[in-house]
Amino acid sequence: MELARHWRLKKQRYALQGEVCPHCQTKIFPPRDICPACKQEARTDHTFSGRGKVVAFTVVTQPPKGYEAQAPYVVALVELEEGPRVTAQLTDLGDEEPYIGMPVEMVTRKLRTVEGERGIIVYGYKFRPRLTVAQRA
Amino acid sequence: MTEPLFPQRSVGIVGYGAYVPRYRLPASEISRVWHGGYAGHPVQEKAVAGPDEDTFTMALEAARNALARAGVSAEALRAVWVGSESHPYAVKPTGTLLADALGAAPSVQAGDWEFACKAGTEAMVAAIGLVGSGMADYALVVGADTAQGRPGDALEFTAASGAAAFVLGPAENALARILATYSYVTDTPDFWRREGEKYPAHGQRFTGEPAYFHHITQAAKGLLEALDMTPQDFTYAVFHQPNTKFPQRVAKMLGFTPEQIAPGLLVPRIGNTYSASALIGLTAILDVAQPGDRIFVTSFGSGAGSDAFALEVTEAILERRDRAPHTEDYIARRTEIDYGLYVRYRGKLAE
Repeated sequence: MELARHWRLKKQRYALQGEVCPHCQTKIFPPRDICPACKQEARTDHTFSGRGKVVAFTVVTQPPKGYEAQAPYVVALVELEEGPRVTAQLTDLGDEEPYIGMPVEMVTRKLRTVEGERGIIVYGYKFRPRLTVAQRA
Repeated sequence: MTEPLFPQRSVGIVGYGAYVPRYRLPASEISRVWHGGYAGHPVQEKAVAGPDEDTFTMALEAARNALARAGVSAEALRAVWVGSESHPYAVKPTGTLLADALGAAPSVQAGDWEFACKAGTEAMVAAIGLVGSGMADYALVVGADTAQGRPGDALEFTAASGAAAFVLGPAENALARILATYSYVTDTPDFWRREGEKYPAHGQRFTGEPAYFHHITQAAKGLLEALDMTPQDFTYAVFHQPNTKFPQRVAKMLGFTPEQIAPGLLVPRIGNTYSASALIGLTAILDVAQPGDRIFVTSFGSGAGSDAFALEVTEAILERRDRAPHTEDYIARRTEIDYGLYVRYRGKLAE
């Protein structure tokens, strides 16, 4: 059932909730309950900081169904500070060009709608250029 | 009866946070498209939400900032209340989305409030009651909107997007104590939107006096008299900001100076953020306030009513305010767009 999938994934989608391996401390995203590094059981929740950098990116001009409203958009491979790499849209680029090594941070945004205006709105993580915070005395 | 509201136990703002989207539509663009360039500009420009933003996503970022400043875990919240007139769903609460995304669910009150531009302050008064009665230690209130103006309508110059969030809690842990509140409400039909309608309707320019000015002055005077205080007892003041002139004029009518309202007067640069309007002004004031400063806040919502608050800033402001981006950081992040991109971003072609 399509709807159930959305609420099962909400923790990781809304807040980048993954896992940390209790044996070797590897941070895991998306959560998979087995550590990809040491192959032991890893079920401890860990919420990621959301900070990372762009490792690769491309521009999507022919979007899949449900994503038309925001095309063209940039999809990037983002390496999180804690190690894992995630694929996600970049957003709020404004007039900035994405580049490899661009510092980004996680935001929660509308990903797509299901069944157009009648269906649910699917929210999840995207990344934006890191907000510049003014230097203060 | 002009009795102010005092909770049984003293309540304050423990954390606050703002959000302003990146895009700006200059008033000159609207004037160019609809008025041959001859219209007066009620604001310089307004903040416009991007195509993947809505009241929930903006409320979430403001709420994350408020929790970061509060230093309180989301599990400690016993209410997550969102005031808006642009909730993403007609039926399905923004409050539940927000509570779950923050990690406050499931042992929590969560719901949506609606009172035109004062839905956020209405929720704040309720949260003061919840915390002040001892039923809860912490409650989150948000005012957020992606305001819609019909293309060509006078409201289009100012109808903007933004969010402001506050964690309320016991006064001993507050960065600003709430001294008292007072509200003034009547049935005055100055601005409304019927069920199923996309854009609001309003009584044009003649509604300023009986709606905005009457309700704000009555609420503000009621609170000042009840506290036996005058405008001179306050360092800062902020009033609902539907355009640049109204808050300046109402401040003058009440006896507040231009200097007192300057830090919170954001409307020329971001427009009217509706449910966030007075509250986002308050976040900008808290970004610069010093311990001991008093702040006077009065919202206005069409339909119509005003909530007035008197606050006193504590020492805790100094260590908490840099735990999240300041409101001016968001305003400085600015990308100007033209009317065509605005039409696409706000879905104005899909009718």
